[in-house]
This record gives sequence, structure tokens and C-alpha cells, in this order.
Amino acid sequence: MAITRRPEIADPEGATVKKALTDLGYNEVSTVRFDRSITLEVEGDDANRARERAIEMCNRLLVNPVLEDYTLEVEA
Amino acid sequence: MTKVAVILFPGTNCELDTVEALGNLGADAQIVWHSDSDLAGFDGVVLPGGFAHGDYLRTGAIARLSPVMKGVASMAEAGRPVLGICNGFQILCEAGLLPGGFIANRGLSFLCKWVDLEVADQGSILTAGMQRGTHLRLPLNSYEGNFVAGSREVRVVLTYRDNLNGSEHAAAAVANEAGNVVGVMPHPERASADWLGSADGNLLLGSFLQAAAA
Repeated sequence: MAITRRPEIADPEGATVKKALTDLGYNEVSTVRFDRSITLEVEGDDANRARERAIEMCNRLLVNPVLEDYTLEVEA
Repeated sequence: MTKVAVILFPGTNCELDTVEALGNLGADAQIVWHSDSDLAGFDGVVLPGGFAHGDYLRTGAIARLSPVMKGVASMAEAGRPVLGICNGFQILCEAGLLPGGFIANRGLSFLCKWVDLEVADQGSILTAGMQRGTHLRLPLNSYEGNFVAGSREVRVVLTYRDNLNGSEHAAAAVANEAGNVVGVMPHPERASADWLGSADGNLLLGSFLQAAAA
């Protein structure tokens, strides 16, 4: 799961690191965003069901919809 | 005597100050462990500050799943006063009892200092009967104190006169629509006697207790 901050929400950590990169001369950097990733190992052999359950977990706990968006990938 | 539940999660650390401050104002404040789900018999509830469940995942995200939050939600629904202080405010947002959420302070500073506030709405259980524009001085003590409303309508109860953490609407305290659930980021219980530097917190806690007694 890649959990990203919603575009309209400020990212103070990203802004601070962008400034540090600019101080080091990396002027080409226009945005730094700190995203989170979560990896789950789950039992089962049904990828669709695993995906459905993972979406439910994101909506119920792992992601705060006020602040964040997410995408997820299922690997066998 | 007005009976107030002060909820203790693993990692809460302001429960004793809160009990003391409420007790000094004449309330019977009792600590309730987070795995108790029944708040029957209490007139109001406070979620004090700290680091519930280590702030893991997101501040308040795990705490909102504790059994006691069912009791807190019932109190909120019944119109009883529910107050979240600092981390308690973050928990109420995660629980959906208040709108919005929190991110790190602007400038990434942990802010531990006295702040000046202004009453923006006298209709909540925290500010009932106070004049709009009244100034209060309370200590702030947080890293993720930067309130984000998202696209939600927010009822701002107290504002920062100097918005150091970058909160949207300069919001230091926010209420639900009915005004009976309030979150406040600075600590009223730490401004509960002149010798602590300010007794302004007593005005807010006193207002909360009046609502609880009603």
C-alpha cells in the first residue's frame, strides 16, 4: 500500500527537506512529499479477496481519508 | 457532585493533572481504563493528553478502537459533554466525533510554550457564557498540533492569536455541530492555578463542568 498525503494538505516535513536540498544546490527539486508504505503478508490463495480485504483495512484503519489517499498492489 | 470520567489509554500521561484540576473545581473525577466500555453514571468525559498507544500508525488511530470509545460515542450522541485535550483531541478526530485531523507543526518544531488564545464561539461546552474575543493563556505541548479541516465545515471555538503550528483557521479548539463535543490542543488543566502561570484553564474546565452538571 502506498499512502500519500492528499495534494491539498501541507507536508511540513517535505517542505523542510526541499529547503535543505535547495541549500545543497539541487535547485531542480520543486516538490518533496513524504509518503508512507505499508506491507502486509496475508494467508490465502485468492488475490481478489485479498485485495478486497486490504481495501477494507485501508478504509477502516490504515488510511485517514481526511489527510491521505492510497493505492495498493497484490503480489502472489 | 458532578461525576467525570477521565480516560486512561496506555500512553496517556496527563490524567492525574486533569483529575486534580477538575477536583479543585469541585468535581468527582475518576480515571477509567480504556478497556472499560461502560460510562453509565458519568455526567461527562475527558480524554486527556499523552501518547495513547504510542501514537503508532497515526496519533489517535489505535486509541479510537478501544472499547471505551463506544461509551464515549454514546455520551456524545446523548448530548453529554465530551472534551479531548491535546492527544484526546486527536483521538476524537480519528474517531469521527470531531471533523478534521492533524499533521506535524509548521516548521517541524515540537512546541512547548505558553500561547495566547481568543474565544471565537461561546456556544460550546468549553466556552459557554464567555464573551467572544476573550483572551486566555494556556500552555501548548505538541508536535502534531497542526489542525487540518480538509474540506469539512468546522466550528472553531478557540483560535491562536499567533498561529505558530500552522493550524487551519488558526484553530486551537474545535466543536461538533451541537457544541457538546470539543477538542482543545493547548492544556487547560496545566493552567489551573496562578502559581502555575495562569488559571485561565479553570474558565474552560468550569464551563465543561457546568454542562456536565446540567
